[in-house]
Formats: sequence, C-alpha cells, structure tokens
Amino acid sequence: MKKILGFIFLTLLILNYNSSSNAKEVKDCFEGLNRATFAFNQTLDKVVFEPVAKGYRKLPVPIRTGTSNVISNLSNLLTIPNNILQGDLRSAGLNTARLTVNTTIGIFGIFDVAQQMGLVKDYRKEDYGQTLGKWGVGEGCYLVLPILGPSTVRDTIGILTSILGGDPWYNLTVKNDTQYFKDSDYYISKGTDGINFRSKNIDAFDNLEKNSMDFYASVRSLYLQDRKQKILNSNKIIETQDDSDWDDIQSN
Amino acid sequence: MINKKISFILICCLFAAKISQAIEPDVFVQSTVNRASQTLSKEISKEKKMFELQELAKETVDIKGIGLYTLGKFRKEISDEQKIKYSKLFENYFLKSFSSRLSEYSNPKINVISKEKKNDKYTIVSSILVATKDRPEIKIDWRIYTLDPQKPLIRDLVIEGLSLARTQKEEFASIIKSNDNGIDALFESLEKFVNE
Repeated sequence: MKKILGFIFLTLLILNYNSSSNAKEVKDCFEGLNRATFAFNQTLDKVVFEPVAKGYRKLPVPIRTGTSNVISNLSNLLTIPNNILQGDLRSAGLNTARLTVNTTIGIFGIFDVAQQMGLVKDYRKEDYGQTLGKWGVGEGCYLVLPILGPSTVRDTIGILTSILGGDPWYNLTVKNDTQYFKDSDYYISKGTDGINFRSKNIDAFDNLEKNSMDFYASVRSLYLQDRKQKILNSNKIIETQDDSDWDDIQSN
Repeated sequence: MINKKISFILICCLFAAKISQAIEPDVFVQSTVNRASQTLSKEISKEKKMFELQELAKETVDIKGIGLYTLGKFRKEISDEQKIKYSKLFENYFLKSFSSRLSEYSNPKINVISKEKKNDKYTIVSSILVATKDRPEIKIDWRIYTLDPQKPLIRDLVIEGLSLARTQKEEFASIIKSNDNGIDALFESLEKFVNE
C-alpha cells in the first residue's frame, strides 16, 4: 500500500494539479505515434475483437447477462479501494456488501442477489485514473496504448498503479502465487470484459466510423468526454458542457 | 371607455394566444422522436426513409447553429464568403450523416422522462432509448434551443454524457489543425463526404 501511495504522490508531482481539467484544446502531444497505434489497434479489432464480439453476441441472453454480472462483480475489487481514496465511504460500504453477497450467494456474481436483498445497484466503476482526476490531477497528454486503446498520461499512471499492487484481483492472480488462481484467470477476465464491452457497441462503433471524416479525432473526443463524465460521477449535462461555447450563436 | 375595454380584451386574447402557441420542449422532443420512429418503421426504401428523415431534420434541428458551433474558434477567423460556403456544405454533410446514422435503426423506442430549463434559451430534455437484446438502455439528453418558444430547435444530442456536437467540433478542429489551420481542408473533407 505504501508503494501505491508513493507512486500516486509522485504522479501528483509530475502532473500539475488542474493543469488541463478546464482546458478546451485537446492535448495530443504524440499525435503521430498515437495515430499509428490507433491504426494498429483498428486492424487488430477488425481481425480479432470485432469477429469475436459478434460471435459473443450470438450467445443466449442469460449467458451474456451472467458473464457481464461476473465481470462487473470482479471490478468491485478495484472500485472499492478507489471509493475509499475518493472519500466516498458510502459507496465503498455498499459495494463491499454487494461483492460479498454476490460472490457467495450469487455464485461468483453470476446472479445479482444483492439487488433482490435491497442493496440497490447504482454501481459506477472506479479506477486510479479517476481517483487522480478527482484529486485534481490534470489529464495530461492524450495517449493511445497498444491493444488497450485510448488513454491519457494520468489514466496510464492509473493503470500502472493497478499493476503495482493497487488491484487486488491482479495481486491474487498474477502478482502473488496463490494456489486458488492462475495468471490466465486475470487475462481471461480482462479479455472477456473487453469483448463484452465491444459486443454492446458494435453498431455504435460501425456507425461512428462510417460517419466520421476523422475517426481517430472522434474516438479521442468521446474518450476524453467519457473520462470527464466518470470523474465527475454525473450524468448531468450541465456539469460537463460549457454553455459559453454556445453563447454567441444565434441562428433564429 | 368601451373601446378601451375592448382593446384591452383583444390584447389579452392575443397575448394568451401567443402563450398557448409555445411548444413545451419535452412535447417537442417526444413528437419529433415519434415522427422519426414512424418513418423508420415504414416499409419504404432506404433512400425514401433518408429523404423523409432529412425533411424532419430541416424542420426540427438548428443545423445552422450547430454548424457555427462546430467551427469553434475558426468561426471568428473566416470571411463572410467562407461562412456562406461552409453553411451550405455543413447542411449537406449534416443531413447525409444524420439520416445515414438514423436509418440504420429500425423503430427505436425513445421515452422522454424529464426536462430541465436552464435559461430562456435552453432546456435540457432527458430521455431513454429502450434496451434491446443486443444493447443496453441508453440515456439521451437533448439540448433544445428555445429562444423562440413557438419554434424550439434541437442543438445537440448528449448520449450517455457524450455530446455529439462537441465530438463533431473536435473532429473538425483536428482536420483543420492537421492541414496547417487551413479551413479549405475542412471544406474538401465535407465535399468528399457528401459526394461519396
């Protein structure tokens, strides 16, 4: 834990507080490299992820729902420490109770028994990138990571924090040699998570690609908006849109 | 005296009539969605559907306003002549892109759930795109421009917190920036998209 906190504080020194949270211009410092990685990821998606996601979508709905529930349940392991770091103890408590009930009675999270018991599902995934954002750390430059896709310097540091011991699921499977789990359990869960996400967005992605003149820029914009939204933990448009952008536009 | 009273009553009637003509933004959105849904569920060719959707968009979307917004800082930098050219290109681009995006859906069910008046110019209408077996429920917010309450217009769609107008603006900015801040590159891209 000391290692993680040390790493996070180092991050705070590297990235300026609020350095870009209100910036209107996208900071794409490595655009050339990012576009190349994006092209690589797109090829990989066309060859591997999209066909697998299309196949996955043909599975019966109960299987997909159960898989989605297991993945969501597992993600609590990363969300709970981040709830605590963000000072959201209420969500930390609720998520811990849901994780306990669903992992045991709900058979590894296949069934959402907790909801039926009154532990209402208002679940928002949290990660270390979001926690840094919540603490006021600017997003830094936009990055496209191989396979993992869109990110920022802040979010990449968040991912590294998970690998350095911040993600209990990673610690249980890959980092520590426990007799209950294998390395592959972690990679299978992450891969399934990706396929699950991709399968829910096949039409939206196709539509976006077909109607974009610069698909890379569209994905970048959507990713950065999505992260801002997740850091604010709000779906309210008034908190994420800057009305001044529209102020001087009068067309009728 | 009687004349004054009659005039007063007439003014009141006119005022009441004007108020009654105002269209509530949530009613406007639900009605627009229903009309789009009707078109999408018709058994007509895709081209005919796209044409009907484009007509609907011309009537209900502030295409000119969105066009100006998506130009971002460049709208203050280009000449009036370029603005006119851009407005025409953008309208053609928008109508093609809009109808192409929508025509992929068959009879989407959208339910309006609430509205929030931000000021005299804007009301945000919240709605839900009902889930299907292939995709989860999706939350859609509509930014409605209400400067003329009798003719509200759609200015943005915010899908799960992601603004389409903003995405478009950043895409255009990227095209312009990649071509040494030349607006002509955007014009070329728009022309290419429309003619494809």
